[in-house]
Amino acid sequence: MTARFAVGERVRVHDRYPPGHIRTPYYIRGKSGVVADMVGAFTDPEDCARGGDGLPERPLYRVRFRQTVAWPDYAGDGRDTVDIEIFEHWLEPEPG
Amino acid sequence: MATHGDDHGHDHARTFVADEEDSLGHYAIVEMAVRELLIEKGVFTPDEFREGLEVFDKAGPHLGARAVARAWTDPEFKESLLADGSAAVKELGVDMKLTELYVVENTPRVHNVIVCTLCSCYPKPLLGAPPDWYKSRNYRSRMVREPRSVLAEFGTTLPEGVEVRVHDSTATMRYMVLPLRPEGTADFTREQLETLVNRDSMIGVTVVPAPGQGGPG
Amino acid sequence: MADGEEKTPRGYHDLGGHPAGPVDRSEHVLEPWEKRVDVLCGILVDRKRRLMTIDERRDAIEKLGEDAYNSLKYYELWMAAALKLVLEKGILTRDEIDGRVDEIRARLGLEAGP
Repeated sequence: MTARFAVGERVRVHDRYPPGHIRTPYYIRGKSGVVADMVGAFTDPEDCARGGDGLPERPLYRVRFRQTVAWPDYAGDGRDTVDIEIFEHWLEPEPG
Repeated sequence: MATHGDDHGHDHARTFVADEEDSLGHYAIVEMAVRELLIEKGVFTPDEFREGLEVFDKAGPHLGARAVARAWTDPEFKESLLADGSAAVKELGVDMKLTELYVVENTPRVHNVIVCTLCSCYPKPLLGAPPDWYKSRNYRSRMVREPRSVLAEFGTTLPEGVEVRVHDSTATMRYMVLPLRPEGTADFTREQLETLVNRDSMIGVTVVPAPGQGGPG
Repeated sequence: MADGEEKTPRGYHDLGGHPAGPVDRSEHVLEPWEKRVDVLCGILVDRKRRLMTIDERRDAIEKLGEDAYNSLKYYELWMAAALKLVLEKGILTRDEIDGRVDEIRARLGLEAGP
């Protein structure tokens, strides 16, 4: 399995809202962050939820987002972050 | 009120239902029905079920505390805990099953805290069942959005310049925080350190207080 | 978002960022029936059985409906989801389960349930 994204790379979460069981939270869709780690390859939960086998396994990334990016009116410290594990098929290179 | 007048040779319900359980709701009864039927069909055995209950009861924050105290006093163990949490806790007899343990280390610059906004993912084989509040709407809604104000509700405020990093467990990883070792514990034995480490510090809503300071549990 | 693509409404379980009140820190010790549900659900998804996946169980919870999600207790949701899957997958039939539920109620001297 080759991972598409490298640690440190800037990525954007797809701004998409398909039906079904999705493990990419609503609040992070369309937001940009940095790949903090590639944690391995795992079965696709969306396919497994439908009774499929979830294969082929696909790369899962820990992506770090600035809270000030996740929430336009974030009131905490500008340094604060949120780490979320997101599957490769939900990510695209940060545009521009 | 449960009656135990006659004996059934294969009364699996009685095997697991305690005498004091006299207010069983509908879904509790459904559990019994499904369990009995599946045992009868050979899907699993009463022994397997019993073993599952025993494993469930054995897990608890004391296991996490043991890992933390060991990491504080054994640099090699700490390195292995951070590199591969699941493998490291096998030494404590913990089997993470279909999940993987990822331990995140608090530092003077970064304070970690765990939430599962989508459901209630939690490192149960290591820490036992999560507290009700961890599974609550309010915690799941607010921890990603306003972590510092939720931390303040738990009595936790962090020094200037510390980054709060929230981990939203969405996938296979189950997270545990390795809290900072408090001041004034240089002479503590591992066993003494274990008694300081509370469950909430391994979720990240509190820090481990220095001995004698008490503070939020 | 691509033009013409459907924007599915947010699931009722997808709570991150919703406005909400203070966290109630009170805790209850798990009752034996709750532990039993946990263990039963664990067996259904384990490597030996693989009768269902954690993903299917979560999906089932997400389809029980918002009323159920907001009113059932945590382990009632789990059991409702497991029941739905056990029936959908034909592992047990509705008649078998209903029959056994009635029998258990009689055995324990409980009144007939819902």
